[in-house]
Amino acid sequence: MVTDPELRVDLGARDVVARVVDPEMPMLTLDDLGVIRSVEEDGGGAVVTITPTYSGCPAIEVMRDDIRIALGEAGYDRVEVRTVFSPAWSTDWISEAGRRKLAEAGIAPPGKAPARAAGPIPLTLGAPSTQVRCPRCGAPSTEEFSRFGPTACTALRRCPSCQEPFEHMKEI
Amino acid sequence: MSHVEQGEHDATNAYQSLSETTAHDDPRWAFGTGFEDGLSLGEAEITAPVPEGVDAADLAAYCQMLGDDALIYSQQLSEWVANAPELEEEVALANTALDLLGQARVLLARAGHVEGADRDEDALAYLRDQAGFRNVALAEQSDELDFGRCIARLLIFSTWRLALLHRLLDSKDPVIAAVAGKGVKELTYHRDYAARWALRLGDGTEESHRRVQAGLDWAWPYVEELFRTSDEEHRLIEAGVAVDPAGTREEFDAVLAQVLDRATLTRPEVPPVGTIGGRSGRQGVHTERLGHVLAEMQSVAREHPGATW
Repeated sequence: MVTDPELRVDLGARDVVARVVDPEMPMLTLDDLGVIRSVEEDGGGAVVTITPTYSGCPAIEVMRDDIRIALGEAGYDRVEVRTVFSPAWSTDWISEAGRRKLAEAGIAPPGKAPARAAGPIPLTLGAPSTQVRCPRCGAPSTEEFSRFGPTACTALRRCPSCQEPFEHMKEI
Repeated sequence: MSHVEQGEHDATNAYQSLSETTAHDDPRWAFGTGFEDGLSLGEAEITAPVPEGVDAADLAAYCQMLGDDALIYSQQLSEWVANAPELEEEVALANTALDLLGQARVLLARAGHVEGADRDEDALAYLRDQAGFRNVALAEQSDELDFGRCIARLLIFSTWRLALLHRLLDSKDPVIAAVAGKGVKELTYHRDYAARWALRLGDGTEESHRRVQAGLDWAWPYVEELFRTSDEEHRLIEAGVAVDPAGTREEFDAVLAQVLDRATLTRPEVPPVGTIGGRSGRQGVHTERLGHVLAEMQSVAREHPGATW
């Protein structure tokens, strides 16, 4: 176990956890992604509560392990990582810094998540919105060609101006 | 999580360096992510007390119903992996299956906890026999790699499950309400995906229309069961934990009518599959398909009980 007393002085458990990166989108920290619910210090240990992005998100276990490792290396010898589901995660929780980093990495950041009106959820049969800016050339209008991308949270789009395909983090 | 882990690193273990998961001293179950994960799936919620006035056995059964629908549908949808007509559709169907699997894991972990018989999500998924499963028959059918069937079955299933989960947002069971909160977001785009394909195929070529109509005709006999209310559900509705599936019929019919009209498809007029003395999936009575599903899904777990890596 790597114990670094100096690091321990500099960084509280919250700071250590906040710097852990998302295993599928390593340009984002867990803090950017908005999945950290709480970090409580308890003597030499820490209890971390996170929330998964999607029900079946395969990254959640790696996140938990990476949190344990980071806290272990920072000198926390008892680490417990809890996962809670409610309230459900929303892309609205991604920080401004996170949105900027996504765009810089060529992934169009999500727009505002749809508000839930009362009554049955309406079916969407129309063509997907074109109002997603191309993260490469900045063209304001692009087209979705698959709602499901390489990770659970992205859709695939292409830009008619620069012809480049790109991922878009879809709003939920 | 019931135990505390040390952040130990074993420098002599070459396999640890293959992943960043070096904090894992505990063996993992070879199939699924195992006991540890079952416990750590949000202890605060999975272990929440049974709501007042609710029979624990009824709640465990209901969590199994909702969980088994998702688990078995997920397993059957996974038949498309490496078999879909286009890479994008393969990714879409695999993603959909993954969402449902995620819902199933939480619901089965809750069922296992509430039941109090020392069974976790993996024990419930891998070690129950056919009669112990409570999913509806629609979930266990195979699309047999027919994309028309795939879209018809997914349209029916996701429309129904979305209507159910939307009503379960206010369930008095905190775990069911939490699964509904995430599930509603997911089912919304599952349903949109199926509906858009139904539209494209139904209002497409003569051949695509014929194929998706045939898929609907094939799936329709399993529709009636979706709106049948079990005894456990009747009791849990009173307690504010369950919702009455019969109450989702109107919404289901309206959504299907909206899609079928636009897609120039015809609502099938076919008799429903029968019951055995009034019993069907919710009571553990299944079509012969479930045996095949379980044989495949459970083979590794049964061949190597308790195996770890």
